[in-house]
Amino acid sequence: MKPRAPAHESRDRALRIALPIVVLTLGLALWEFVVRIENIPPYVLPAPGLILRTLAADWALLSHSLLVTLITTFEGFMLAAAGGVGLAVLFNQSRLVEYSLYPYAVILQVTPIVAVAPLLLIYLPQHGAVLACAWIVAFFPVLANTTLGLHSVDRNLADLFSLYSASRGQTLWRLKLPSALPYILGGLRIAGGLALIGAVVAEIAAGSAGAGSGLAYRIAESGYRLNIPRMFAALLLLSVAGIAIFYLLTLINYLALRRWHESALAAER
Amino acid sequence: MPPATAISFAPLVALRDVGKAFPNGTQALAGLDLEVRSGEFVALLGPSGCGKSTALRIVAGLSEPSEGVVEWPRTANAAQGGSRIGFVFQEPTLMPWASVFDNVMLPLTLKGAPAANAAERVEAVLDRVGLAAGRHSYPRELSGGMRMRVSIARALVTEPQLLLMDEPFAALDEITRFKLNDDLLRMWQALRTTIVFVTHSVFESVYLSSRVVVMAARPGRVSSEVAIDAPYPRDQNFRTAPEYSAFCRRISDALARAMAAGGNA
Repeated sequence: MKPRAPAHESRDRALRIALPIVVLTLGLALWEFVVRIENIPPYVLPAPGLILRTLAADWALLSHSLLVTLITTFEGFMLAAAGGVGLAVLFNQSRLVEYSLYPYAVILQVTPIVAVAPLLLIYLPQHGAVLACAWIVAFFPVLANTTLGLHSVDRNLADLFSLYSASRGQTLWRLKLPSALPYILGGLRIAGGLALIGAVVAEIAAGSAGAGSGLAYRIAESGYRLNIPRMFAALLLLSVAGIAIFYLLTLINYLALRRWHESALAAER
Repeated sequence: MPPATAISFAPLVALRDVGKAFPNGTQALAGLDLEVRSGEFVALLGPSGCGKSTALRIVAGLSEPSEGVVEWPRTANAAQGGSRIGFVFQEPTLMPWASVFDNVMLPLTLKGAPAANAAERVEAVLDRVGLAAGRHSYPRELSGGMRMRVSIARALVTEPQLLLMDEPFAALDEITRFKLNDDLLRMWQALRTTIVFVTHSVFESVYLSSRVVVMAARPGRVSSEVAIDAPYPRDQNFRTAPEYSAFCRRISDALARAMAAGGNA
């Protein structure tokens, strides 16, 4: 039984990679086939081949838009990371501040961002509004996770720090933040995807204002022009961007924790 | 015990009529009197729930007594006495994100000791506990016994005048425990420090200590004391010596009486 286990595991891994690819290929083939057989016009449903050709033909335009959206997402993400961790630390240090502000953090989180975005666009310059949207949707998971992490300190270790009369700063920097790191990274992994969603929502809301040039703006604009293949091409780029952000953050998570945290350790021991 | 002892040199630390009630109403300790003299190896032995760990935490200043006082007669003030303490928990209680070296360095870092001097002291204490080779490892990469060695090294790095140990070897296998018992005795003699060692093992308490304090539960208090006046250094021969079994028998009887008094099964 035992010698077969590794072979079984590697076959399992191969299946996990191969099966989704097979499904994708079959799905695309079926899509292409149906579009051709039924003679569906591209402004109703473009075939996958046409979408790829559009992606290549419009690459200059679309890659510029991709860059704009990615930069917004990155800025929103960094602000959310700083704001989420910063607020959590502030709440942890001062109960009064926590009681005063926490309800409003929750309100920001539960109010649908689609409804807030048009308002933000009235009061903020467009770039500011897009950033604010990305920040609002992305900061809460960071805040919530960091708060949980800061409260998850090993009690004996906390006793040890007080035994050696550690200052508040030392306890925060050398005990609480390292203890919270796995939680913070978990929050950031969620925030990365949400920052992209926030940026897209704001771009769509701003779309008719016309000043933007991000991918979501491109989708809205292509929709008005019935350029459906370009809508799909832009959508494809957004998905790929989302996947890339997720795996990048997963990698950072792994690199930061692999020496010490349960979640990042290899299964075999 | 001759009263002259108390006069000729005051105890290092003394608990006087100490009681501890928790907010939930549990009376953990009541009327606990305990003196620890410099250079002693005291074992606190008792059934679970007798307040041994609570007493230890009160000595360390991690918990405030609700009645009575903790005195440090040999130091100017209580805060100063408390600053020369090392504590070893039942769990190794290491920072999983830091290497062995950084874990042992922690007490010195927190006190703001100069880095070069601190590093030297860490190297020395790692040598002493037999961990010099593993200083770049992370706690996860070590066995249970090795982690406990790191924990002991961290407690010793400040050269404490009092080392408090809360059932440090309870979770280890017997072979590792015997080895650590021997190493601990050797360090205690080399460093001439004072140790208060909480345990629920009669055999461990007799093997290690110069005095066993047997505690009774509900509420926690001292039931009896037995001086283990077998000479140090002790080794494997002591474990099989007739006087060792005799002491174990005496302590077991004392423990049985304590448990009967505490209404324990």
